[in-house]
Amino acid sequence: MKKYRYSITTLLVLALVVASCGDQNGKASSNGALSSSAAEKVYVAPGEQDEFYAFLSGGYSGNLTVYGLPSGRMFKEIPVFSQFPTSGYGYSEETKPMLNTSYGFVPWDDLHHPDISQTNGELDGRWIFVNGNNTPRIGRVNLSTFETEEIIEIPNSAGNHSSSFITENTEYVVAGTRFSVPVPQRDMPINEYKGNFKGALTFISVEPEHGRLDIKFQLLMPGFNYDLSHPGRGESHGWFFFTTYNTEEANSLMEVNSSQNDKDFIAAINWKKIEEYVNGGGGTKIPANYAHNVYDETTHTGTSTMNKEVLTVDPTKVPGAVFFLPTPKSPHGCDVDPSGQYIIGNGKLSADLTIHSFDKMLAAIEEKKFDGEAYGIPILKFEDVLAGTVKSGGLGPLHTEFDAKGNAYTTFFISSEVVKWKLGTWEVIDRKPTFYSVGHLMIPGGNSRKPFGKYVVAMNKITKDRYLPTGPEMEHSAQIYDISGEKMELIYDFPTHGEPHYAAGCPAELLAPKSKKIYRLNENKHRYAVTNPGEARVERDGNEVHIYMSTIRSHFTPDNIEGVKVGDKVYFHITNHEQDFDVPHGFSIIGQNTSELLVMPGQTKTSVWEPKQVGVWPFYCTDFCSALHQEMQGYVRVSPANSNIDLSWSLGE
Amino acid sequence: MKKASILMIIGVSFLLGLFNFPLWNIVLGAPQYPEPLGMNIHIDGIRDMNEFDLQNIDGLNHYIGMRKLPKPEEMWEFSVFPMVIGGMIILGILVGLLGFLGKVDYKWFIGWFMIMSILGVLGMYDFNAWMVDYGTNLDPNAIMKLANPDGTPMSYKPPLFGHAKMLNFDVTSLPATGAWMMFTGMMLTIIAFFIGKSAKKATVKKHVVTAIKVKTNDK
Repeated sequence: MKKYRYSITTLLVLALVVASCGDQNGKASSNGALSSSAAEKVYVAPGEQDEFYAFLSGGYSGNLTVYGLPSGRMFKEIPVFSQFPTSGYGYSEETKPMLNTSYGFVPWDDLHHPDISQTNGELDGRWIFVNGNNTPRIGRVNLSTFETEEIIEIPNSAGNHSSSFITENTEYVVAGTRFSVPVPQRDMPINEYKGNFKGALTFISVEPEHGRLDIKFQLLMPGFNYDLSHPGRGESHGWFFFTTYNTEEANSLMEVNSSQNDKDFIAAINWKKIEEYVNGGGGTKIPANYAHNVYDETTHTGTSTMNKEVLTVDPTKVPGAVFFLPTPKSPHGCDVDPSGQYIIGNGKLSADLTIHSFDKMLAAIEEKKFDGEAYGIPILKFEDVLAGTVKSGGLGPLHTEFDAKGNAYTTFFISSEVVKWKLGTWEVIDRKPTFYSVGHLMIPGGNSRKPFGKYVVAMNKITKDRYLPTGPEMEHSAQIYDISGEKMELIYDFPTHGEPHYAAGCPAELLAPKSKKIYRLNENKHRYAVTNPGEARVERDGNEVHIYMSTIRSHFTPDNIEGVKVGDKVYFHITNHEQDFDVPHGFSIIGQNTSELLVMPGQTKTSVWEPKQVGVWPFYCTDFCSALHQEMQGYVRVSPANSNIDLSWSLGE
Repeated sequence: MKKASILMIIGVSFLLGLFNFPLWNIVLGAPQYPEPLGMNIHIDGIRDMNEFDLQNIDGLNHYIGMRKLPKPEEMWEFSVFPMVIGGMIILGILVGLLGFLGKVDYKWFIGWFMIMSILGVLGMYDFNAWMVDYGTNLDPNAIMKLANPDGTPMSYKPPLFGHAKMLNFDVTSLPATGAWMMFTGMMLTIIAFFIGKSAKKATVKKHVVTAIKVKTNDK
C-alpha cells in the first residue's frame, strides 16, 4: 500500500513536470493564445521601459515629440522651431537667437521630417535632423541632451520639404525646396514662373565630431516642386534622389494645373560628382543672407550669425551628375530600399508604385539612352530604368519604409491603408486599414541599411471618431502594427501631438545609456553664471539690472532684492546648483512679459522683466522641486524711477 | 617558520588595500532614488559612491537638521587612521622579515594580530560614536522636526552594520572591499601563527630525536 502511494506521488510529480514543460513551450511559440493578444504586445508594465524610441515630427507645432514603442507613451516635446513656454525656449535670452532668421525673429515653423544620423548606413544615434518647412531651416538636435543645438537657415529655398534627409555617413543633410522661386529673389510677374523660377537643392555638410552645419553647395534645378528625397545607400551611396511634381511649372490652381503630366520625375543627383566639382573650385558664389544659430552646451547660450554668401551650382555645368527618371503621377515619397538597389516613387495620384532600379539607371546612363532633356538635364527612358510596379489595388501611395527581410510597407492616403509587399517580386503580401488617411509611416531604422522590423507606426491625417471627442480640433491619430509575422497586426492606437509628417525611430539601447542626467556646474561657462552661492549678487549698468541668482532646494540666493526702479530692465540670470538627476527649478515673476524659465541642474537661463509699477513683487519657483517648494519664493522691491535707494540683496537676513 | 613568515608578510600586505578601497559603504535608497545615493568611507575621508552623492545626501539631510558630511580635514580620524594602518603594516612586515631570518618566533605574529584587533575594535567604536553624534545632534532650527511614537525626537543614526529604515530611506551599511581585504589579511596572519607554531613543534621533536641518537652513539 505504501509503495503504491509512492508511485502515485511520482506520477503526479511527473505529470506536473510534463504539464509545466508544455506550458513553457506554449508560451515560446508564436501560436499561443496569449502571445497573440495585442494588449500584451504593447503593454509595458509600470517601471518597465520601451524597446524603441520614436521621434515624431510635430508638423505645425514646430517641435519634435519623443515617444516609446510599443507603448505609444510620449516622453518629451523637444522645442526646435517654435517658442516653448514650458522651458522658456525661444523666450529666454539664451535661446532667442536660435529663432533668428533673415526675416528677423520667427517664433514658429512647420517641422516635417526627422532623420537620425548614420554611420555606414546604420543609425548611430548622435543627432537627429529636422526641417522647418515654412521659413526654410534645418535643425540639429543632440541625442544626449535631447535639445536643439543648431539651426541653419536655407537661402533661395521656399517650402523646405524634401528635407532633412542625411547621406549614409552623415556627410550631408539635404534640404530641397518644394516651392520654386526666383533666385535671387526679385520683383517679377508671377505668371512668368515657367523657365524663370529655380528649385534649390541644398547640401549641408555635417562636421563629424560636433555636427556643425555648413552649406557646402546649392544645386539650382529647374523650377519644379521637389517633394521628398532619400539618399542612395550601399551600392548607390553617393547619389541622392528627389521626387518632383509640377513639372508643368504651373503657378496657379496648382491642384489641377500641376497634375496634368502623366509622368513627373525623380531627380537622381550624383552628389559625390558635384562635391568633386565644388572642391575643384567649381560653382558660383552669390550674395545671400541667412542665419546660422548655434547653441553651446557649456555656455548654455545660443548665438546667431548672418552668412552673406552661398555657393551655387548649375547642374548643366557638371555633366553626368544629374538625371531625371520619369515617374508616374506626382510622386510624393522617394524611398530607397536597405540594399540601395531600388528607388521607389510613391505616385500619390495613382494606384501603383513605381520602382526604379539603380543598376538599370547606371546602365542607361552608360549607354546614353536618353529620352530628351529638360533644361539641359538628360531624361532617362522610363522603360529602361523601371524595375517593377506594385499593383496594389490601393489608391494614393505616399511613403514606403522597409524591414530587414526584403519587405516594403507603403502608406496609401486615399484608401487609408498600409500595404506590405515584397521587393523584387512586387507582390502584395498583406494590407491593413488605417484610421484614417495615413500620411507617413515609420519602422525604426526603416530608411537605413539596417531596419529593425518589429513595429510600423502609421501616422494619420484624420482622427474623427478614434478617441473621445474634443470639439472640432483634435490631435492626429497613429496606429502601431506588429510586423514581425507574415501578416501585419494592428496592436495599438494613440493620439500624437501637432501633425506628424514623418518620424524616425531607433532601439532604446542606442540612446538611453548616453542620455545626460545633469549639466555639470563646474563646466558651466555661461557669462552670467554663479557657480557658488557666495557669488550671487545684483549689479546695475545704467537702467539694466543684472541679478546673478542661484537656486538649490529650496531657496533662491538672493531672495530679497531692493533698489530696482520703474523703467529698469531687469535680467534674472538663474543658475541651478543642483547636481541631482531630475531636479529642475523654475522661475517666474509677476507681470513678466515672457515665459517662465525651467532650469536644469547645472544650467543657467536668463529672463528679462521690465517692472512698470512701484511695489514689492514676488517671484517663485514653478517646478515642484521638493517638500519646501511652496517656500521657494522671494521679493523684488520696485521704487519710483527717481528714487535713490541703493541696490541691495540678501538671503536669510 | 620561513613559510609562516612569508604568509605573515602576505597577510599584512593585504592591509595596503585600505589605502585604495573603501572600508565601509553606506547606501541610501528611496522611492524617488531608484539609483540609490551612497557614501564610501575610506580611512582618509568620505567619498561619493557615485559622483555628487555626498552633495545630494547633504542636500537631503539639511531638511532634518543634520550637519554636512565631514571633509577629511574636519575629523582627526582621517589623518590618524592612515598613519596607524601604515604603522601597523610596517610593523607587521618587519615582524614577518625577522621571523623569516629567525630573529623572532611565531608568537610575535599573534601579538601583531591582537594589537591590530584591538585597534580595529577601537576604530569601530569611534566610528559608531561619530554616527551617533551625527544622527542625533541636530540643528534645533531644522526644517522638519520629527518625533518617535513615544514623543522623543527622532534621530537618524545610520546602522553600523546592516539595514535600517529611516523616514523614506532604506539605509544599508556594510563593510566594503578594504575591510574585507583587512579581514582576509588578518586571518592569514593567524594562519601564519599556527603554521609557525607547528613548525616549531616539529623542529623541537627533531632536535630531541637527534639528541637521543647522539646519546645512543656515545654508548
